[in-house]
Amino acid sequence: METIILFAPLVGAILCGFGWKLIGEKAAQWVTTSLLFLAAFLSWVVFLTLDPAAHPGGSYTVTILRWIESGTLSTDWAIRMDRLTAIMLIVINTVSALVHLYSFGYMAHDENFKEDESYRPRFFAYLSFFTFAMLMLVTADNLVQMFFGWEGVGVASYLLIGFYFRKPSANAAAIKAFVVNRVGDFGFALGIFALYMVTDSIRFEDIFAAIPDLQDHTLTFLWKDWNTLNLIAFLLFVGAMGKSAQLFLHTWLPDAMEGPTPVSALIHAATMVTAGVFLVCRMSPLMEYAPAATNFIVFLGASTAFFAATVGLVQNDIKRVIAYSTCSQLGYMFVAAGLGVYSVAMFHLLTHAFFKAMLFLGAGSVIHAMHHEQDMRNYGGLRHKIPKTFWMMMIGTLAITGVGIPLLYVGFPIGFAGFVSKDAIIESAYAGTAGGYAFWMLVIAALMTSFYSWRLMFMTFYGMPRGDKHTHEHAHESPNSMLVPLYVLAVGAVFSGMIWYGSFFGSNDKVGKFFGVTYAEASEHGEAKTDDHGTEDDHGEDAAHADEGGHGKAHYNLVGAPGEGAIHNSPDNHVLNEAHEVPVWVKLAPFFAMLAGLALAYQMYIRRPDLPGKLAEQQAPLYQFLLNKWYFDEIYDVIFVKPAVAIGRILWKQGDTRTIDGGINGLAMGIIPFFTRLAGRAQSGYIFSYAFAMVLGIAVLLTWVTLSGGAN
Amino acid sequence: MGNILSLTTFIPLLGAVILALFLRGDDAAAQRNAKWVALLTTITTFIASIFILANFDPANPGFQLVEEREWLLGLQYKMGVDGISVLFVMLTTFLMPLVIAACWDVNDRVKEYMIAFLILETLMLGVFLALDLVLFYLFFEAGLIPMFLIIGIWGGKNRIYASFKFFLYTFLGSVLMLVAMVAMFADAGTTDIPTLMSHPFGTENFSLLGIQIVGGMQTLLWLAFFASFAVKMPMWPVHTWLPDAHVQAPTAGSVVLAAILLKMGGYGFLRFSLPMFPVGSEVMGPFVLWLSAIAIVYTSLVALVQEDMKKLIAYSSVAHMGYVTMGIFAVNQQGVDGAIFQMISHGFISGALFLCVGVIYDRMHTREIEAYGGLVNRMPAYALIFMFFTMANVGLPGTSGFIGEFLTLMGIFQVNTWVAVVATSGVILSAAYALWLYRRVVMGDLIKESLKTIADMTKRERLIFAPLVVMTLLLGVYPALVLDIIGPSVNALVGNYETALATFEAATQFASN
Repeated sequence: METIILFAPLVGAILCGFGWKLIGEKAAQWVTTSLLFLAAFLSWVVFLTLDPAAHPGGSYTVTILRWIESGTLSTDWAIRMDRLTAIMLIVINTVSALVHLYSFGYMAHDENFKEDESYRPRFFAYLSFFTFAMLMLVTADNLVQMFFGWEGVGVASYLLIGFYFRKPSANAAAIKAFVVNRVGDFGFALGIFALYMVTDSIRFEDIFAAIPDLQDHTLTFLWKDWNTLNLIAFLLFVGAMGKSAQLFLHTWLPDAMEGPTPVSALIHAATMVTAGVFLVCRMSPLMEYAPAATNFIVFLGASTAFFAATVGLVQNDIKRVIAYSTCSQLGYMFVAAGLGVYSVAMFHLLTHAFFKAMLFLGAGSVIHAMHHEQDMRNYGGLRHKIPKTFWMMMIGTLAITGVGIPLLYVGFPIGFAGFVSKDAIIESAYAGTAGGYAFWMLVIAALMTSFYSWRLMFMTFYGMPRGDKHTHEHAHESPNSMLVPLYVLAVGAVFSGMIWYGSFFGSNDKVGKFFGVTYAEASEHGEAKTDDHGTEDDHGEDAAHADEGGHGKAHYNLVGAPGEGAIHNSPDNHVLNEAHEVPVWVKLAPFFAMLAGLALAYQMYIRRPDLPGKLAEQQAPLYQFLLNKWYFDEIYDVIFVKPAVAIGRILWKQGDTRTIDGGINGLAMGIIPFFTRLAGRAQSGYIFSYAFAMVLGIAVLLTWVTLSGGAN
Repeated sequence: MGNILSLTTFIPLLGAVILALFLRGDDAAAQRNAKWVALLTTITTFIASIFILANFDPANPGFQLVEEREWLLGLQYKMGVDGISVLFVMLTTFLMPLVIAACWDVNDRVKEYMIAFLILETLMLGVFLALDLVLFYLFFEAGLIPMFLIIGIWGGKNRIYASFKFFLYTFLGSVLMLVAMVAMFADAGTTDIPTLMSHPFGTENFSLLGIQIVGGMQTLLWLAFFASFAVKMPMWPVHTWLPDAHVQAPTAGSVVLAAILLKMGGYGFLRFSLPMFPVGSEVMGPFVLWLSAIAIVYTSLVALVQEDMKKLIAYSSVAHMGYVTMGIFAVNQQGVDGAIFQMISHGFISGALFLCVGVIYDRMHTREIEAYGGLVNRMPAYALIFMFFTMANVGLPGTSGFIGEFLTLMGIFQVNTWVAVVATSGVILSAAYALWLYRRVVMGDLIKESLKTIADMTKRERLIFAPLVVMTLLLGVYPALVLDIIGPSVNALVGNYETALATFEAATQFASN
């Protein structure tokens, strides 16, 4: 079954991409879509029936084929199935199947192509190929296969961003995405090399088993000795930064919006960009013992959440607002992962996939209705024209801004998906950093999230129609193929938080059971005092009892050895327990931040629509700074792109042509003028002179051989 | 089957002789006949080489299928294969039919053109199979002559300059190698390569012209061979002949040059430098590693600004050969495995890329990147193939390009992290120049008037690319096909190298005590 899930999209991509001329365009599209729905269905079966306790170590492996074997390095193509993989499977395949369906409507007519051009099979084939690569990434049982998926999704992303190949901006964005990701891959690859050097393997199992022995190990890298685990964790995180568009390597993500909107929903919101978070969670046994690296992850995640939110405040392109929002939400996930609450990071990854895919697809529906107009300044009052889309976007907005009922707890909190998972991260951030930088950044970002999300809603659906009158008059609701995926995702955006609260952010025993990690009861001081009961079901139910009416009367810790279960916590990691016991004001903080953002947006875009313009004029430098995305692109252009080209030119003209050629030619002219004269005189003389020299050489050698008595 | 190696080597020469003696005239029919004779000859050679592979035992790290007989002047004629050379033989025989098929549209002195390629194939196979120093030298040096002729007669406008440049570079290296070979014979009393591989060449330090030579005679011999192989590779900074040679060479010539001839340098390092002069290699190793790292970054940056497609790909070749030399002189299993894999893989990928340039050069007669743009509009199949090999060239996992790059980098990381970091940055630059090229040639709208009637690839062109695509994918997904064959030999090579070094170090310590 795992193999079918993995290869169904690949088969679809091949059939559709190469066989559409035989089976026809429509059939090709249906082949990919139905195979994706099959994969999605099977993924849910796997997810719901997966019982980590039934497998030793909470995971099992399906080996497919030998891969790279060189000396002690040995890797296979294989599927590692555990809870992390299962979560990613449902996220990827569900969203992908829905996006395939959605694309029937969205890609039906595209004015970027000529009438008789067949672009649809190509689009569907790329989508399916992407899905396959992403599945390879999450099912890998070793780092190199993961790297295969990692770069594979990069290529798919490149192809899809550049899908409108006639648009120069799309082509530029595609290259940018690939190259910036390669910067991340550079770090990732070095991390893999370093891991192989110290553990003699790149299979997860072997790596995790070796981690405990490496805690005080140092590795000489470049100019000094480093703590091995910190160094490796940092290098791997550089890879994650690239793929997940974290600060400094984020510049490609907003530009990636050049691709068709279904692509943005699938790749640049729900799945590919979360690969970095997945990587950090997957490597949790390593991360747990790399405190310096994880501190950096928390810092950078929090900074990204803040930075991207500030830029999101002023963008006018509807897709760019959502793109920066994605960037910001990924920052949240990294904070959680960096703090060691991997389950919470995965929780937000899951809920975010639903509501962000939905927002993108909703935005696509708006764009579709408005004849590919993406500037929100030309929207307005659309809620009457496209009511279904409006309500779906509303649910998405309620989910991302985190609407719910604070402090009410009925075995789980009541609220939209984003409310549950985002608050979980913010509470963890408070507990994990003692109310420090990360916590405040995330709360402020939550305020801004609410502001820009409502700004988007108000500018698009409320007020008076702006921009081209004709377009507004012809605005139409999207076909069912586009609306049904929205409805399905809406279910996830509303309920996914509440349903899986216990599994991801419940007490440690529930989390442990879900992820297949051994857990044990802990004393007040957090030390494990009993032996493990992790695999006993009745114990889990007892714990659920103890949990009623409040959090954590009984304390549990995850005590599995590294590599046992899908995630690992070191013995002194109590963030998850402490997150349940934060002060009330901390629990309320994100809620009020949300309200404040909503009120501000309401004031500025409903009551006083003249305010934003005035504010922008008053605070022109700040406004320009934000509008231009903190000038990252301009700075990078000056310090990387232009110098690279300039240096290339200098090396070519001055280095190769002048110094090396000039030098050698000069030398040659000096030393062997005889040959140059020969060459100058007769056009083909040099060939004979060469042959002559060689024959002469052999003659000399042979003479020597003969004179000294012949070879043995 | 006792002489399968010689048989395989000389089948192409036989074809050339038949062409030279029996084919008369230069009309269309004669031209067609010449091409068919050449094609059939190369295919026969390929089939013969399959017997080599079938009779080859990968578990045995030593030389196999050895042929030995007396030759002129008391010299011996000796041939054999081991895990290191057998795949180069296969690469050569596999690519030659494609090369011949790629020049199907040539109609200038076809018979001579075919003869040149056939003789070249014999000489290339001889290089990889020879187990005698003199024999090797003959093949190694003589191979340049047909290549010169191919560039010099069927090449572009500036072919004289390009060939002259090649001559200057190679001449110096060859002379030094010849001197070294004479010295080796004087020292060991034999020209038998397997014997020389176990002959301990002197390692006592001595000073020459006031310079202390660490590693003594081995280092000097190593340097002499290095001069020749480094030019062949080519390594920075003696690489500048390659872009010019490529630009001037006809498409088929470029393919042979990039795919096979460049590999002779790497093969030479593995056959001579490492096993015969381990101490010299160790002394000079860091120097080579740095040259390789510089080559990767330097030539990638230069590739970024090229205006001529062939030059760009030629510079990219130099960068990829940087990984090879780096892997070889990391001298560990991953490094050397990776280097050999990279050479094989580069044979397919660079060959295919030069063919890609050839496809549009045949149509437009220009290699200027500026002259193109938006080809995808009229040439979707071409766009797909070019994309595939562009991705393979940047080392995308799943293609053979990845395995070699990855293994060499993994090998070097264990030896020198500085070099590893500098070299790994090449993966960023390669993505930049390759995709930038692709964008300018293939993507965008088709605006240029001259391109409006350009036709997509013909059936013949597709057939040429098909085997290359298959091999690139196959080796990327199932690299064991190569790694299983080279593994034991590389293991033995690395093992012997380490033993020799350990002996040397023990001796040095003994001396210093």
